[in-house]
Amino acid sequence: MVEIINLSKSFSNNKVLNDISFKFDRGVTNLVIGKSGSGKTVLLKCLLSLHKIDSGEIKFDGLNIKNISNKKLRILRKNIGVVFQGGALFDSMNIEENIMFPLHMFSNLSFNEKIYQVNKCLKRVNLINKNKLFPSEISGGMKKRVSIARAIVLSPKYLICDEPNSGLDPYTSILIDNLLQEITYENNMTTIINTHDMNSLMQIGDKIMYINNGLLVWQGNKNQILDSTNHELNKFIFSSRLFKKIKL
Amino acid sequence: MNLISYIGKYFLFIIEIFKKNEKKIIIYKTTIDEIYNLGIKSISFVIFVSMFVGAVVTIQTTANMEGSWMPRTLIGYATRDAIILEFSPTIISLLLAGKVGSNIASSIGSMRITEQIDALEVMGVNPVSYLIRPKIYAMVLFNPILISLSMIIGIIGGLFAVILSGDCTISEYVSGIKYSFVPYKTFYALVKTVLFAFIISSVSSFFGFNVKGGALEVGKSSTRAVVYSSVMIIVSNYILTQLLLS
Repeated sequence: MVEIINLSKSFSNNKVLNDISFKFDRGVTNLVIGKSGSGKTVLLKCLLSLHKIDSGEIKFDGLNIKNISNKKLRILRKNIGVVFQGGALFDSMNIEENIMFPLHMFSNLSFNEKIYQVNKCLKRVNLINKNKLFPSEISGGMKKRVSIARAIVLSPKYLICDEPNSGLDPYTSILIDNLLQEITYENNMTTIINTHDMNSLMQIGDKIMYINNGLLVWQGNKNQILDSTNHELNKFIFSSRLFKKIKL
Repeated sequence: MNLISYIGKYFLFIIEIFKKNEKKIIIYKTTIDEIYNLGIKSISFVIFVSMFVGAVVTIQTTANMEGSWMPRTLIGYATRDAIILEFSPTIISLLLAGKVGSNIASSIGSMRITEQIDALEVMGVNPVSYLIRPKIYAMVLFNPILISLSMIIGIIGGLFAVILSGDCTISEYVSGIKYSFVPYKTFYALVKTVLFAFIISSVSSFFGFNVKGGALEVGKSSTRAVVYSSVMIIVSNYILTQLLLS
């Protein structure tokens, strides 16, 4: 479980996150939703300690990372798998090397054992026999899947995804969403997904937090969202004609 | 960022590079890759430039001796000293600051803007140490080899110029090359190349690593990397020469 307590973060005079408290549960897909510029990515970067928080606490299974030493932070980060918006695959490495990278850095497995792990992850994300392709040779959807494979190769306790289906067609987006949810259930991970994709919301929103202008406006799950009376949330979710019809 | 802030951040950056976090075998393998990328791939460029500049140095020396009482062996002597003392270590390093420095700054800058450096960081890898230490090792180890090669090729270029122009005989040129050779001057030149290699790799990495924004900023950081590396090479060349030769 990841818990944020009274979290605030600002850049110069611009308060991006304002006193947010929330619990991301283990074994479910936790979604962070909000408009572009609402502070979703900043929240994830705070969770990853890529941004220093102004006040509040972030706890990973009780471990407060606010004043944690660099050594302890590195140990914690080995338990966090991250899927970046653009995939963040290493250009100079092929798919196999990208996925093997965390194993090289943090495990003492033999080369054959590493290859076995890589192939297991590639099979999990439906990319069998694509080992030798480079990131420049694969599609956006494949990049995301490779990124997911790299994130789970060390069997992390936490999986953090920043807009994993941005720029993908609806069919591939759903495949990615389902994959993330299945991996979460299989490995009993705490998965936090940052998205503004309404399909994702309805498909895998086990637990949802809605941020607007740096404030936590609403929390619930995909079933509760249809009945919500929160004006801000409804304005955001049901802005298209299709979703207005669903609401009615 | 003002100059003092740059300098402060640069020195903190250097300290971070040499924090030992990664496995030695990883750093060793990456260093070998970087020797290939930054060093081996520069060999043809260095040979080409050295050959022609060596020839030009010889032609200019000959032109300045036209009709004088000085022996023709001095053509080889002057060419050798010009190439070993200044042309190969300094001018080739300045050219490498352009070729290798911009390569380092733009590749690290691109990694920064595509979140690859963030990915390393959140994996628990120290990106400064992992990405930059091998580049510095590779440059510091291989630059003296490149510059030594440049010295040899430059002198051979001078020989070709002499053969083509007929200004002196081959034996006169070779006698001049061997005349009054002081090994310390080669040592001085190689010390300079080690320092210049460190400057090129660390300054370029610093600017690449601190890119913020998009592709335009990557281009700007490459330019800054080349300019600042060149300025630091010129200044440190003067200081080292004062310390080692005066």
